[in-house]
Amino acid sequence: MTVAEQTEKQLTIALAGNPNAGKTSIFNHITGTRQKVGNWPGVTVEKKEGHVRKEGRDLRIVDLPGTYSLTPFSIEEIVARNYILDENPDVVVVIIDASNLERSLYLATQIRELDCRVVFALNMADVARTRGIKIDADKLAELLDLPVVFTVGNKNEGIDALLRKAIELAESDHTPHQQRKVKYNKDLEKAIAAVQKVVVADLGDELPYAARWTAIKLVEDDKIVKERLLEKPTELSRQAFEEAARQRQLLMERFDEEPEILTTDERYGFIAGIIKEVHMTAIQQRVDISRNIDLVLTNRFVGFPIFILFIWAMFQATFTFGEYPVAFIETLVGGLSSGVNSILPDSLFKDLILNGVIAGVGSVIVFLPNILILFFCIAIFEDTGYMSRSAFLMDKIMHLIGLHGKSFIPMLMGFGCTVPAIMATRTLESEKDRILTILITPFMSCSAKLPVYIVLAGTFFGARAGTVIFSIYILGIILSIVTGRLFRSTLLKGVDAPFVMELPPYRVPMVKSLLIHMWDRSRIFLKKMGKIILLGSIVIWALTAFPRHVNFSMDYDAEIQGAIQKYDAYRPVSGKEMQQGLEARRDQEVNSLKAHKAAERIEQSYIGRLGKWVTPVFEPIGIDWRGGVALLTGFVAKEIVVSTMGVLYAVDDEPDALERALASSTLTPLAAFSMMVFVLLYLPCLSTVAAIRRETGSYKWMTFSIVYTTSVAWVVSFIVYQGGRLLGYA
Amino acid sequence: MLMSEMREGDSATVVKIGGNGALRRRIQEMGVLKGTRIQVEKYAPLKDPLELIVKGCHISLRVEEAAQIKVEVSG
Repeated sequence: MTVAEQTEKQLTIALAGNPNAGKTSIFNHITGTRQKVGNWPGVTVEKKEGHVRKEGRDLRIVDLPGTYSLTPFSIEEIVARNYILDENPDVVVVIIDASNLERSLYLATQIRELDCRVVFALNMADVARTRGIKIDADKLAELLDLPVVFTVGNKNEGIDALLRKAIELAESDHTPHQQRKVKYNKDLEKAIAAVQKVVVADLGDELPYAARWTAIKLVEDDKIVKERLLEKPTELSRQAFEEAARQRQLLMERFDEEPEILTTDERYGFIAGIIKEVHMTAIQQRVDISRNIDLVLTNRFVGFPIFILFIWAMFQATFTFGEYPVAFIETLVGGLSSGVNSILPDSLFKDLILNGVIAGVGSVIVFLPNILILFFCIAIFEDTGYMSRSAFLMDKIMHLIGLHGKSFIPMLMGFGCTVPAIMATRTLESEKDRILTILITPFMSCSAKLPVYIVLAGTFFGARAGTVIFSIYILGIILSIVTGRLFRSTLLKGVDAPFVMELPPYRVPMVKSLLIHMWDRSRIFLKKMGKIILLGSIVIWALTAFPRHVNFSMDYDAEIQGAIQKYDAYRPVSGKEMQQGLEARRDQEVNSLKAHKAAERIEQSYIGRLGKWVTPVFEPIGIDWRGGVALLTGFVAKEIVVSTMGVLYAVDDEPDALERALASSTLTPLAAFSMMVFVLLYLPCLSTVAAIRRETGSYKWMTFSIVYTTSVAWVVSFIVYQGGRLLGYA
Repeated sequence: MLMSEMREGDSATVVKIGGNGALRRRIQEMGVLKGTRIQVEKYAPLKDPLELIVKGCHISLRVEEAAQIKVEVSG
């Protein structure tokens, strides 16, 4: 082969393996930072890909989702299997936990059955060695007829050899021999052969997969394979389905077990035979540090206190340490806008840049430090193995709401900020659990809503403000439980995902992989959110800034000029002390005029008109058009509700001005409470909506979430307001 | 007896795995088969789920799922 030919060649290598087998660290070592994280098409499973040059070839490394098997139960398993079947990677590297050979071989055996080129990486060979486990790699290679390489993923050992073997195999014309395959028992083989005959006779060239494998899957009643065959002319597949059903019936009568249980048993039997020949020591119990750590961390008495401590520490780190860089970024954004302010002449364009782009994007980018810290903490939880322990601890409680133990952390994060909380649902393996958690997390009252509560409760409830705000938080939790139970029994029935979870040994996390973890997710936040938020901010800005020409009720500019002149006229005749008093009075008058001007302008802007237009919707829940406009602008970020109300009530910059304005307005305590309820529940902010869109992978769930939360908000506020009025509160 | 009736530290051999097909198959795929030796390492602080040791791996199951598994306690 010439050099030119070699460089043209691109080989695709897929990495498969159990979760916790060290797949990620091998992937990180091969690709370094040259990796692309995205989603598998149509699903929310993370897809990682990297390109490297090795031995003169361009290698495309695809990291398949970590799974225990290829039985299409979970979305991860379907993704992994379909990739191997449909994309035909040149080589599949199966990463095997050498200290856990038997279970790892189950997945490996299923992958071999797919008739692809397979290389085994016996990973964590060092751990296995210290535990006294010795594996005869040559024998294993001979028995399974495939190359076997020892690797230590977290120390970057054996990775080059692994890639060399993979390239070698990809470029050979090696096909796995039939006799090296799993042999099932006589009855099963008979059933497989019978189905295979019909499959070959009827579908023949139309067959999308190897005949024997298709027959096995039909005997196992594999839904995905059946669906795929149904795409072919139905007459042909019907015969095969009938034969498969007949054979299944025979097997069930004979063994009193479903055939798919039999095949699983048989595969493990096949594996047991291999283990006997290659494994030098009996597997011992884990009498190591990990078990001792667990004696403390999942202890009956101290397990929960320690868990709470860790969560508290994560919260502190995220929202307290995060404050310092936040202040720094705010200063930067502030500096940028005052810079722009002084450079650009007053114009519409300047207004757009300042109040649309910088203010909008700036309000989101300030979350970045919190997000970085949060994801770093979560990466530590995941990489050490503590995440599955937290699920172990919390599962009982979460199960009552119809959720998985792992849903706890995202929901808890929701009290801080919904955006990272929704991104944290990635730790959930089942897609249904993930979507359900995403749908209920917005009801956990986020910290941005707190300023709204403080203003409203502080104004109308005085000393009882704390209790009122607490009741709002509790209301959110109750509604999340109700929602969870409701959806679990209707939209997202979850009978198919049993809670069978591995508690992997504790590991010291690698800094490199922690950083990659953290950066990957943060980068997604910046990139994808950025686009939507930029667009949304500009739309809201435009609604607020247009139409440009407003018919003011009086000539404010002239009034302001007049006020200034009036005070200036006194200036020459008054003493120094008096002058200061006059200046203060002048400024007060000017500011009040300016505030009224701004209020009138927003009242007549499109968003003000929109607010008045939707008044009939807000009236039954006690919110006037000002509240309505404030809530609409709150879509960008919840804090904005307060500043919009400030503008609409034409308050000046003095402290407590808004509270005083609200107190003297027509708003009643009941209406204020109703509004707080609405703020708690109604549509999540723009960043959250963007995150929901991203994490559920569909506009459908995003729209559903918007409609559902807003409907719930309206209905609950309606009950609160009208119910309160019936009871005689005003 | 049922696996859910085992106490912490007990060892047993799996006799029969019941429950729906998905659960049964998932349990099997994690290495819990008829004839497999298992040990109950501990129950979670709220008594559910429980932690098993199977072939050197630690696996957690809900009690309701463990109630589908028949075991024979030995030694």
